[in-house]
Amino acid sequence: MKTNNMKNNNGPLRICRRELLAGAAYLAVTTSSSRATVIFDHLPWTPNAGNPPTAAAPGPWLFFTGDEGRAVEALADRIIPPDSETPGGKDSGSAVFLDRQLAGPYGRQDGLYIRPPFMKGARNQGRQSEKGPAQEYRENLAALDKACKAQLGGKAFYELSDADKDHVLEGLESGAFKLDGVDGKAFFEQIIKDVQMGFFADPIYGGNRDMVAWKMIGYPGARYNYLDWVGRHNEKFPLPPVSMAGRAEWTSRTQR
Amino acid sequence: MSKRLPKKDVVIIGLGWTGSIMANELTDEGLEVMAIERGPWRDAPTDFPPTYMQDELRYRVRHELFLRPDQLTFTFRNKLDQTALPIRSWGAFMPPNGVGGGGVHWNAETWRFLPSDFVLKTHLTQRYGASFLPDDMTIQDWGITYDELEPFYDRFEYLCGTSGTAGNLRGQIMEGGNPFEGPRSRPYPTPAQAQPFSHTLFGKAARELGYKPFPQPSGNLSQAYTNPLGLKMGPCTYCGFCEWFGCSNYSKASPQTTILPYLVRKPNFSARDNSEVIRINVDKSGTRATGVTFVDSSGEEWEQPADLVILSAFALFNVQLLLHSKIGRAYDPVANTGTVGRNYTHQTISSVNGFFDPKKYNFNPFIASGSIGMCIDEFNGDNFDHGPHGFVGGGYVGQVQTGARPIESTLVPPGTPKWGAAWKTAAKQYYLSTVKPGTGVHGSFYAYRDVYLDLDPVYKDRFGRPLMRITMDLKENEIKQNKYLTDKFAEIIKAMGAETLGIQYRTAPYDITTYQTTHVNGGAVMGSDPNTSVINRYLQSWDVSNLFVLGASAFPQNAGYNPTGTVAALAFWAADAIRNKYLKSPGRLVDA
Amino acid sequence: MRKRYRGSFAAAALLLVGTTASFAGDSDPQEFTQIERGRYLAVLSDCASCHTVPGSNQPFAGGRAIETPFGNIVAPNITPDPETGIGSWSDEQFDAAVRKGVARNGSHLYPAMPYNAYTKMSRDDVLAIRAYLNTLVPVRNAVEANTLPFPFDIRAAMRVWNALYFNEGDYQPNPNQSAEWNRGAFLVDGPGHCGACHTPKTALGGDKTSQYLEGAYLQGWSAPDITNDSRLGLGAWSKEDLVAYLKSGHNRVTAATGPMGEVVTLSAAFTTDPDLNAIATYLKSLPGKTAAPAALAANDPAMTAGAAIYRDQCSACHGLDGKGIAELFPSVADSSMVKSGDPTTSIRIVLRGARSVGTTAQPTAPGMPAYGKQLDDDEVAAVLTYMRNTWGGAAAAVTSGQVSDVRRDTALRPD
Repeated sequence: MKTNNMKNNNGPLRICRRELLAGAAYLAVTTSSSRATVIFDHLPWTPNAGNPPTAAAPGPWLFFTGDEGRAVEALADRIIPPDSETPGGKDSGSAVFLDRQLAGPYGRQDGLYIRPPFMKGARNQGRQSEKGPAQEYRENLAALDKACKAQLGGKAFYELSDADKDHVLEGLESGAFKLDGVDGKAFFEQIIKDVQMGFFADPIYGGNRDMVAWKMIGYPGARYNYLDWVGRHNEKFPLPPVSMAGRAEWTSRTQR
Repeated sequence: MSKRLPKKDVVIIGLGWTGSIMANELTDEGLEVMAIERGPWRDAPTDFPPTYMQDELRYRVRHELFLRPDQLTFTFRNKLDQTALPIRSWGAFMPPNGVGGGGVHWNAETWRFLPSDFVLKTHLTQRYGASFLPDDMTIQDWGITYDELEPFYDRFEYLCGTSGTAGNLRGQIMEGGNPFEGPRSRPYPTPAQAQPFSHTLFGKAARELGYKPFPQPSGNLSQAYTNPLGLKMGPCTYCGFCEWFGCSNYSKASPQTTILPYLVRKPNFSARDNSEVIRINVDKSGTRATGVTFVDSSGEEWEQPADLVILSAFALFNVQLLLHSKIGRAYDPVANTGTVGRNYTHQTISSVNGFFDPKKYNFNPFIASGSIGMCIDEFNGDNFDHGPHGFVGGGYVGQVQTGARPIESTLVPPGTPKWGAAWKTAAKQYYLSTVKPGTGVHGSFYAYRDVYLDLDPVYKDRFGRPLMRITMDLKENEIKQNKYLTDKFAEIIKAMGAETLGIQYRTAPYDITTYQTTHVNGGAVMGSDPNTSVINRYLQSWDVSNLFVLGASAFPQNAGYNPTGTVAALAFWAADAIRNKYLKSPGRLVDA
Repeated sequence: MRKRYRGSFAAAALLLVGTTASFAGDSDPQEFTQIERGRYLAVLSDCASCHTVPGSNQPFAGGRAIETPFGNIVAPNITPDPETGIGSWSDEQFDAAVRKGVARNGSHLYPAMPYNAYTKMSRDDVLAIRAYLNTLVPVRNAVEANTLPFPFDIRAAMRVWNALYFNEGDYQPNPNQSAEWNRGAFLVDGPGHCGACHTPKTALGGDKTSQYLEGAYLQGWSAPDITNDSRLGLGAWSKEDLVAYLKSGHNRVTAATGPMGEVVTLSAAFTTDPDLNAIATYLKSLPGKTAAPAALAANDPAMTAGAAIYRDQCSACHGLDGKGIAELFPSVADSSMVKSGDPTTSIRIVLRGARSVGTTAQPTAPGMPAYGKQLDDDEVAAVLTYMRNTWGGAAAAVTSGQVSDVRRDTALRPD
């Protein structure tokens, strides 16, 4: 009964030429999370696809202990001091940022190669420790408070005056202020980097609250279309910054 | 024990640029083609949408689109007498992963190499004499000329819709283009992108200093375009989230925008994602590949038999698979025997940052594309007399700043404290008036006897196979080249009106922790002599004639340009050889 | 690449398919031209879309669930298998099913099988389809026919429905119109059964004939007005625009996705150019009715919010002028879909994203990302309201309640 009409590949005879569409009762190709699939005949697609970041919700520390949180907030406020125009590292949320990061895959060093043996190498061979950022911060913050208490009249870092805090930071930077059992200089480099990272990252991650850092420097945020501005040289870009979570102008309600 | 799948005509290892180009060509020949990709399928609407693609933390700092070192990494040392240690977290380069490979997250800087680059050894020896070259330098000719490759550069540029201004049109030097480029047969398919303020200012300063600046050839398109496969692309909107990121609006040339939608509709093409090829299988004679073995995401092993194997897994993974599959002879730098792993190179990169008066200059530096910029080529290749300088090679320099994402672009002038009130004030003052070119000095990296790849004796991957070991250092030649270029570049940045410069030279030792582009090359180089190359001029393995190895692993040394244009042109060239020569008469295309 | 033979078939099909039964006797069912005529009619009637499970390699073997307001109906096996398919049906039984809605055992079919449209075809047309179906590979696949819940499982009730809504009979040409117009009317109302989706339905599921082809809601989508209304229908499209859309899934304004995408890839893309032109001629002859409302003021809070969202989230593809990029990003400024009375399709595309069709003429198949996770109901409503009332357009605001309804309704859908 079957004729040669079946052999040519016109239209509906060749069923696999179809797209994945409404009412489809199958998923020959799945997407998003883990799968090893065969891609054939059409581009993969599922509705509602995509993996936006989870917003860092305000609330108690997820990673830091109370002492650690206080220390990091104090560090953040000296690394980025508050001034009359822009909040400092603490109020803008850099400590919240770091807390959420350390509680997540970054802190756990997911995806890094952490197989042994761990041997000490040259600096340009990269970090060779099996400790991830989370563990290192625990040790470093503990060592910081311990050194402050030992050398500065029994006070933890956050209890010091601003001037003394600055002296400690300068000492960590130069190597003059030694921490017991940890590399104070490396800790200094890391905390500077992380506090400033939280300051300039998208507010969705907990720092840069209300986009204060972006407003400070004049960065318009998570935009995608500057086609009408590329030719406008030496003019101030007029639009306010926008985060992945939006901006105040997006809402037609008075309260966001 | 692997489970065996039905045989295919062709199996392609890695579905990035070269894998996609080859798959499209060979399916047009009617062959049944299966591509196997280690990483996931990715596409703009589902994986890089404009709702959350503009996330510097996620994609630039945590580099979410890239290979995870735990999935596969390398060990590294500078010198033979050192112990190599694992690269536990990426630094100097970042290997791609996923369908589209590096073509998803690249900047789309689309260059051609110079005619002299392809005959480098002959050319430099003729001009400067053999003794001008360092003893341990192992540069060689490619076995192919620019003129032979030109039609295939053209094909890639028209596939992508590359935006640029021709500098040498069939021998005629054209105003506004690169006067040093090799002759091209036709103009670029779309005009050059519009240049933002600081990039324009660089061009002006360079011109006033007597150079011939030209717009960087860009795979971020200046206008809507329909490519020869009927695929449509849109105009780039200068979002400033290019390298490290996927493009949200179909305006960056990638396998996804220029090939895959057309390719997947063909009934003789299929691809598996999340499947890692762990070995190329060869028969008992060792001269014929029978297919590949791969592992799926459940950890199951499969065998995919095929008549023709295309290895297009990215330069480093190409060499690693050859070593693991015991194809060809591994290179031994001490005995100077073998070829697999030999002539491994990177790119010599540095930059000069410029801090301008914030009261006079507002660069809106966040407005940029990945391949934006004005460049000069006076110091590339052998475009100038190296005699007085004591080094060979060179590169382009340019204000090629691709954006100003704030985590990495809030620079402060040298001497400013790195933290505190002074830092905060300076960060606020200078953000809009800083020129941060990024890879502003983009120099060549020539090959050396003791810079190479082999298998590590200690560290293993998740399958228990040895990691590949990188032995690499920066040599005097490249350090001198870089100093020369960087100083020239600094002059132009100063001439632009910068008050303060932040000059960064590339110095020894080679540092695996600081990013220097992912333009890693060599290890399976092409050439005319099987004693010094792994593949012949058609990218066919000398040892296994039904195996072709595509990618920058073919480069005998690196030139002073981004590699992708040449990588893709070579893929088209190899596809042409397979279609017109190999398929008609399988076997060695070149006598040894 | 495989050659397409459409060109040579097109001429033959045009000659053969337009005839009514004015000659005596039935054609030989194994005759090549009869089979080809039947194949083309099956394409026009889009039998495959209901009777084949997408992605299966068993064409016409049934098993696909068709969603109706009354429950899901599973399409039967129409391969020539004698036991589970229609292999042992007589020609009369087949004709009765397709054109009268009567099953082999005498019971009534539900109008999910659009017999009320297929009635417009002639007996010869249907026998040609039968001849074609007879050439298919017989597939053994028993399909459960009775899947509707009580009381809709009482097929005898269809008698009442038929009395109200079924106008039996071949297509009768209108002598005051051109042959092309008549061909278009036949295709739209007959095999094409466009009204099945595009004409709104009464509570009993019959056509609201007074709103013929003015758009309807079904399966979580709103099918748009396809009369020549200048605001909500095809009025701003040229004939060429409509032909391009049907043939390739894309035109300078928009792209086909969802259920219409399937119509393109299974049916319209294989319809001959003269037939597509006939459909265009007919549809553009149907006068529009709607009067344009006043556009919302630009300083309305929803409009200012929508403008900000549009600039930040949409303009990188759809342009600050709303015009998009031809055949890549739809022109929301020119789109009548955007201004539809029922905004369901616009809402769900914004919430869930969409993949437009890839065809040989237009292989790109660009996708729209999903915004539902990042924009809340107010924001989606605002940006759609903005798009509906900007660039010269005007339409009622979209409310956040409408957005929540679509969000809820589509949450469990696979498409």
